[in-house]
Amino acid sequence: MSDWPLLSTVVFLPLVGVLMILLVRGDGEIARRNINNVALWTTVVTFLISLLVLSQFDASNPGFQMQEQAEWLGAAISYRMGVDGISILFVILTTALMPAAIYASRISITTRVKEYMIAFLVLETMMIGVFCSLDLVLFYLFFEAGLMPMFLIIGVWGGKDRVYASFKFFLYTLLGSVLMLLAIMAIYWEAGTTDIAVLLGHPFSKQMQIWLWLAFFASFAVKMPMWPVHTWLPDAHVQAPTAGSVILAGILLKMGGYGFLRFSLPMFPLASEMFAPFVFTLSVVAIIYASLVALAQQDIKKLIAYSSVAHMGYVTMGIFSVTMQGLQGGLFQMISHGIVSGALFLCVGVIYDRMHTREISAYGGLVNRMPYFATLFMIFTMANVGLPGTSGFIGEFLTIIGVFQVNSWVAFFAAIGVILSASYALWLYRRVVLGKLEKESLKGILDLSRREKSILIPMAVLVIFFGFVPAPIQNVTAASVSALINNYQAALEAADKVALLAH
Amino acid sequence: MTTELATLPNLMPVLPEILLAIGAMGLLMLGAFGGEKITQAVNGLAVALIIISGAIILLSGNEVILTFNDAFIQDSFARMMKLIVLVGSGLSLAMSVGFARAEKFDRFEYPVLVLLATIGMMLMLSANDLIAVYLGLELQSLTLYVLSSIKRDSSKATEAGLKYFVLGALSSGMLLYGMSLVYGFTGQTTFAGIAETIHLEPVGLGLIFGLVFVLAGLVFKISAVPFHMWTPDVYEGAPTPVTAFLAAAPKAAAMGLIVRVVMTAFEPMDVQWQQVIVFVSILSMVLGAFAAIGQKNIKRLMAYSSISHMGYALVGLAAGSSAGIAGVIIYLITYVAMTLGVFSAILSMRRKDGMVESIDDLAGLSRTDLPMAVLLGILMFSLAGIPWMGGFLGKWFVFSAAIEAGLYPLAIIGILASVVGAFYYLRIVKIMFFDEPAGAFEKTSNELRLVLIVSGLFMFTMVVYTGPIRAMAEVAANSFF
Repeated sequence: MSDWPLLSTVVFLPLVGVLMILLVRGDGEIARRNINNVALWTTVVTFLISLLVLSQFDASNPGFQMQEQAEWLGAAISYRMGVDGISILFVILTTALMPAAIYASRISITTRVKEYMIAFLVLETMMIGVFCSLDLVLFYLFFEAGLMPMFLIIGVWGGKDRVYASFKFFLYTLLGSVLMLLAIMAIYWEAGTTDIAVLLGHPFSKQMQIWLWLAFFASFAVKMPMWPVHTWLPDAHVQAPTAGSVILAGILLKMGGYGFLRFSLPMFPLASEMFAPFVFTLSVVAIIYASLVALAQQDIKKLIAYSSVAHMGYVTMGIFSVTMQGLQGGLFQMISHGIVSGALFLCVGVIYDRMHTREISAYGGLVNRMPYFATLFMIFTMANVGLPGTSGFIGEFLTIIGVFQVNSWVAFFAAIGVILSASYALWLYRRVVLGKLEKESLKGILDLSRREKSILIPMAVLVIFFGFVPAPIQNVTAASVSALINNYQAALEAADKVALLAH
Repeated sequence: MTTELATLPNLMPVLPEILLAIGAMGLLMLGAFGGEKITQAVNGLAVALIIISGAIILLSGNEVILTFNDAFIQDSFARMMKLIVLVGSGLSLAMSVGFARAEKFDRFEYPVLVLLATIGMMLMLSANDLIAVYLGLELQSLTLYVLSSIKRDSSKATEAGLKYFVLGALSSGMLLYGMSLVYGFTGQTTFAGIAETIHLEPVGLGLIFGLVFVLAGLVFKISAVPFHMWTPDVYEGAPTPVTAFLAAAPKAAAMGLIVRVVMTAFEPMDVQWQQVIVFVSILSMVLGAFAAIGQKNIKRLMAYSSISHMGYALVGLAAGSSAGIAGVIIYLITYVAMTLGVFSAILSMRRKDGMVESIDDLAGLSRTDLPMAVLLGILMFSLAGIPWMGGFLGKWFVFSAAIEAGLYPLAIIGILASVVGAFYYLRIVKIMFFDEPAGAFEKTSNELRLVLIVSGLFMFTMVVYTGPIRAMAEVAANSFF
């Protein structure tokens, strides 16, 4: 079993599920249930196998593990797979969120279920592929190919303005990414390979680093999304079906942060150092601005979308502080936000399925009829705010500590953002859940079903567990992160020495 | 000397062309005496001839053979490109069968003319002399003029044919003028001779004029901007099987010819021709992307799409390197496959009262015919160059060659144009998947469905076997290095 390509299995297993769904005939009630079950079981099995990957993962080893290699496009561009401490948690996050997303769609998606499930499974393959590939071209292939299923998911099963949102999502992201494609080509000719493990040690000239960094930044900043290129996100989130929002917020946004950690910092250290103030500025603006915009929203999903933009600001800030706390915090924040924002969108989906509106003003006093929902929604809201004892706190706290060592003003503004996030999140909770149940239409609303509880309760447990015991996540990432920082510092020092010699 | 003149040139490398020529004439007789009932048989035999000559090329080894006093060359590049052209011609013949039956398009001249055009294209790809270039090009062009107005009772088709002919004649004139300038300034007509003469002397203005005119004449044939004006009208006016044929094989052949002309005859003038190619390439990519946005007729849309795709292929040529030429070849493979697939879908767009060509007629196709919608969707994403699909790999090779050659502005403008282009391909996906159904199409014939399936799956799975395709393209590209 030891040389069985475990990672490729995880990546391509969802496609096996697609083939099985294709075999289901008919479109009646039974066929629909079968398709749902096949999709759910595929994602569950994928999740279990990814846990097997985690169990074989050696956290003390900072390098890439479980590497696989096969011929692909000649010698320089091969099919290479592997995980390290930075990527493995994203793989687990993806495989863990997918069953929740699929299971949550059981009631809300009743038309064209077959295509829906196929789109989601294809999307899962692409997302896991992004985090596992150790070749730039392969990475790009997965990175971009995920746009197609998401485009269809938003466009076919989305809300009223789904066409506009899907086009905006697709073209915005594509525009950012094509520049990265050119940069990948430039790297290919410069270094003669697209093997990420080799490239991490390749010394690019400073001039080249700047251009490559900017090209990669164009792609990751849109994906992240950072202010001012975030405008596709609220549209996409509002229009996407619940499961689409969960995956979008939970995983697709993390690709940007992952890209910064995997490529921008280690491959272009000089440029990263140079552009760090620029990134800090954008991050702080994102945190403050997106929080203020979130305060003014009437639509629950839009509010959570803007809060995602703000939270991603902490991530970029932490990453570019290049301190142990900042990086660890950024990674933790991404994982935590993946669970929390996914859960929040699921909560919105719960009430949307019942009332078919996302207007905040249409709700109020839900606590009277939905105690379970109110409790769980409370936990996730508090995690979103960053209350100590939830996973959200650890990430925000660490990133602020990290950036404080570099620039205390940035830390100051980021801390203000925490206050703002408390205000919009608590205000949202008060308007939706607390108060008297006055609206006629809400009188008959039902509390969480067994299915909904089985999705949300494990997520709430995780949020609280990681809030008290962050070690499991941090231990996995520690070795790789400290290796990254050491290499980064060494590269800067080497450049300094060269500069001194030149004088 | 006299004895040498009397000897017959080596006919072995020309065997596929000779076979097709004799076959075409035989089929012409068959059609003339057999009448319209025999059209199907003529069509079938034409496809068989194309397959046989393809097999001959496939089995003919790898060496470089010159014949007809060096006017004809058979090397791996010519072989590879001829195979692409033959696949394009053969499949578009096969795709016309159902159309012919349903639309009373029973003309035995059609397969015969396609065969003749194919011979022209093969001669173009093997041309190693200006005279041979012209002969091959005219054989191809004249048959294409006739083909586009083959539906002579339709005013649209005749208008298309006339327009094509007048503009084509103009471009032939420019080509001839350029050739005469080149001959006048170098005293040579063989490619090797021209290159040798240019090497010896500094490049003069007259020769540059000659080069530009030659390129203008050739670029017309791939319908690159600024010589693209005929394309939308001809694509729209010609009967759809003819459009399918026009869009695929002749483009590949003309592109191959341009590659050979600039890489052999004008190889020492690379600074000069590179400027022209970069200019034409940028204009084609940008105009093709923007002009297609407003189109409502899917054939017109494909015309603008092909204009921009020729621009992308030229990006590889502009690099002028081995990787670039290999990129052009891979790009043409994907282009021909995608074009044939899309046109087989367009040929399937038939309602009770005849063919429909508006993009809106595809509305809700995913509800009425999911497999066709998925396959056409794959092709649209592939045309847009979205990763995983074959179209992306084509773009990868041409653009990475341009980056290697340091043509950054060209690469950046081109890749941004591809994002604009993605918009209108996505629009078709949107119409098929997001919109409410506009009524189902009639059941399509098996051969159309087969071409669509093969092309869609080819584009979808190309990532798996790009390695071997690339290796073959590199062998072919190395004919010039």
